[in-house]
Amino acid sequence: MNNAVNRRGGLIGPDRRYTVFKANIYVTLKPGVLDPQGEAVKNSLHVLNYPNVEEVRIGKYIQVLLQGEDRATAQRELEEMSDKLLANPVIEDYRVEFVEVE
Amino acid sequence: MKFGIVVFPGSNCDADCFHVIQQVMGHEARYIWHKEARLSDCDALILPGGFSYGDYLRTGAIARFSPVMPQVVEFAAQGGLVLGICNGFQILLEAGLLPGAMLRNRSLQFICKPVHLKVKNSVTPFTRKLREGQVLQVPIAHGEGNYYCDENTLQELKQNRQIVFTYCSPEGEESDAANPNGALANIAGITNQAGNVLGMMPHPERCSESIVGGIDGYLIFASMISWLEEAGR
Repeated sequence: MNNAVNRRGGLIGPDRRYTVFKANIYVTLKPGVLDPQGEAVKNSLHVLNYPNVEEVRIGKYIQVLLQGEDRATAQRELEEMSDKLLANPVIEDYRVEFVEVE
Repeated sequence: MKFGIVVFPGSNCDADCFHVIQQVMGHEARYIWHKEARLSDCDALILPGGFSYGDYLRTGAIARFSPVMPQVVEFAAQGGLVLGICNGFQILLEAGLLPGAMLRNRSLQFICKPVHLKVKNSVTPFTRKLREGQVLQVPIAHGEGNYYCDENTLQELKQNRQIVFTYCSPEGEESDAANPNGALANIAGITNQAGNVLGMMPHPERCSESIVGGIDGYLIFASMISWLEEAGR
């Protein structure tokens, strides 16, 4: 059998199986960091007649599909990616959430 | 002196910096493409303004991982002069060469206009030709110049005299009205603790010749050259 690559999982070398993991990463501003964008949206919601909206804060949603040997490794790598690039630790927090791959 | 001007995909103020160094200051400048590994021939580095990588994800976030950056970090660690202007300042923040981060302007608008800056520290290599308290007029052009850092960092910046420029009125008064973007403590420019790396949001390379309407930027480049000459380079 040759090393055919399967989108959802397969062989990346002799006897090395991998799975494709899908993760959602939510990047949000740390509490206490000013969010003028969120404020502007809140004001618009008030104009749209929702005076009950007290606060709006806007973050980012990043979807990553990655090959991994196991979920723990994938989790660790996603956290590294988030620490290094996807989030700015000075002003942002993040959360990694795995999604079932179809 | 030789100034290296780092060019990232999307940098657009590199040519103005080159012009000021070579044509106005009369010193040598060369462009350093972001994939280059060599910059040891330079006496000082400039990270110019622009929209590196389209400001994707966060301004400066992707440029910070360009192949040239480890060399820039090493150059700074050895005490080399590094000037980051606008996007350059943002890249230095993302790279951790300067503390803090940039947020979107308070008004959410991109602001392009001349502002006044107060010189808070005139003993840096970038401001030694200026007087403490001197007011400069320098243009800004940015959407994310709202400087932020936590309380501990702000106290350190103040204690170490790392705040070099603040936004002010033409008379030198700091106030909310004189602050164009909401930056914490009206901060427009800071150095690192060692004082050899400066990041500033305004554009001194846009006001270094009278023909473009202002010459206050000239003194910042002149300060750098004077410091390098005295350092025997």
